[in-house]
Amino acid sequence: MKFLCIGCDEVMGFVERQLPGDGTLAAVFSCGTCGREMAMLTNPMETQLVSSMGVKIGGREVRAQPLEATRSGLEGGRGEAFREAEPPARRRPPPVEWSPEAVERLGRVPGFVRGMVKRIYTDYAREREIRTLTPEVMDTARSELGLEGM
Amino acid sequence: MGQAGGTRDGASSPGAGRVRRFRTYGEVDHGTGSALLEQVIEQRARLARRLAGVGATVAVASGKGGVGKSLVTANLAAALASRGQRVGAVDADLNGPSLARMLAADTAPLEDRETGVVPSPAVGGVRVISMELLQEREDAPLRWRDPGSDTFLWQSSMEATVLREFLADVDWGGADVLLIDVPPGTDKITRLLELVPDLSAMLLVTTPAEITRAVVARSLRLVREAGVSPLALVANMTGYACPSCNRRHRLFPGDGARELARATGCPIWAEIPFDPRLGEATERGRPLVLDRPDAPAAAAFAGLAGRIEALLDARRAAAAPAGRAVQ
Repeated sequence: MKFLCIGCDEVMGFVERQLPGDGTLAAVFSCGTCGREMAMLTNPMETQLVSSMGVKIGGREVRAQPLEATRSGLEGGRGEAFREAEPPARRRPPPVEWSPEAVERLGRVPGFVRGMVKRIYTDYAREREIRTLTPEVMDTARSELGLEGM
Repeated sequence: MGQAGGTRDGASSPGAGRVRRFRTYGEVDHGTGSALLEQVIEQRARLARRLAGVGATVAVASGKGGVGKSLVTANLAAALASRGQRVGAVDADLNGPSLARMLAADTAPLEDRETGVVPSPAVGGVRVISMELLQEREDAPLRWRDPGSDTFLWQSSMEATVLREFLADVDWGGADVLLIDVPPGTDKITRLLELVPDLSAMLLVTTPAEITRAVVARSLRLVREAGVSPLALVANMTGYACPSCNRRHRLFPGDGARELARATGCPIWAEIPFDPRLGEATERGRPLVLDRPDAPAAAAFAGLAGRIEALLDARRAAAAPAGRAVQ
């Protein structure tokens, strides 16, 4: 989809994405000429439709995880369906520490998606050179990355 | 005013008596930066990269339910593996998965690597991915986190995405053959063809029953129009093979499978007789080809595996440098 600023005859550009709750997705677009902004709000069904395609409005901040849509979307996933594999030592990236509070919060994520969610948050922190993951960082990442329910 | 307002005639408002005519999506040449198309392209590229590492991708479909697609897939996978091929098997039947059980796939947690999920090791060294391995309860119907209504609007999209992930996000580790067990319904065949337009081959499972012939004929036409080649029939339940004397007896009054082959020119690559041991062995997770290779049904699967190996050889020869191909 494209949004036109009719007055400027300009395609409005993507600015940010948020998940304010209730299954709503808010995507903000602005006109590069006049600066006018507009927010597209999707209802839960529309949010789910976008999600079902495995895409994110505004693009991805972190790379797609294996079976990401399957794990994010499946109800009743087996808690022990996956186990984390250690990356080879030569490719091991610098560590990101998890605060005890963040670890506790991660522990509340269902086992079926926990490994994937952990990797998403870790990648998010690493790419922003954040050394310690806290619940606050998780909140920011959750909003920026559109990780509803994670 | 030219094309001001994204329109062709620039009329200022719909109420001014003139019809405002917008340009088409393609005529407006700048994107929004929302990058949806780029993500879809990357998804397809990721799938293509993954399957490029597989020797041959073969779909086992029908269009008709209850003809034995999963049984054929499981036995073919085991037959190929017993001949030394590295085999992957995708259970594309998300709502009625059975392949993991038929192949006695290990239910230990799947190794979750950055490069992909490692499929479950199963009988004979076959590697399997199936919804059976991901769901908590075996009697759980397939359900997605949903907003509570209008599921029909996005469910098909979700299932296509999951199938894409099964193919693209699983580390098939350079499998020689990847078998895809396609659920009933011609729409499921269409879905697969859109995801994997360059399938190495498709096997359409049919039976001698007239009602099956009619449905498989639709699938055959669909697949042929999509240009999939080779396309072959696997005729299941072609008579009853007596376990005592191995003599065959008819199960159906006609022979819809051969009629279909004659009418369409589509070859039959295997005729599998009904054999109670086939079902029993498959239920135990030990496909018949492994323990009773002398049984007529097992011999038919061995012949089918030989066909797939010949296809694999031909693909390798075609992909090899010219100098080596003629050696």
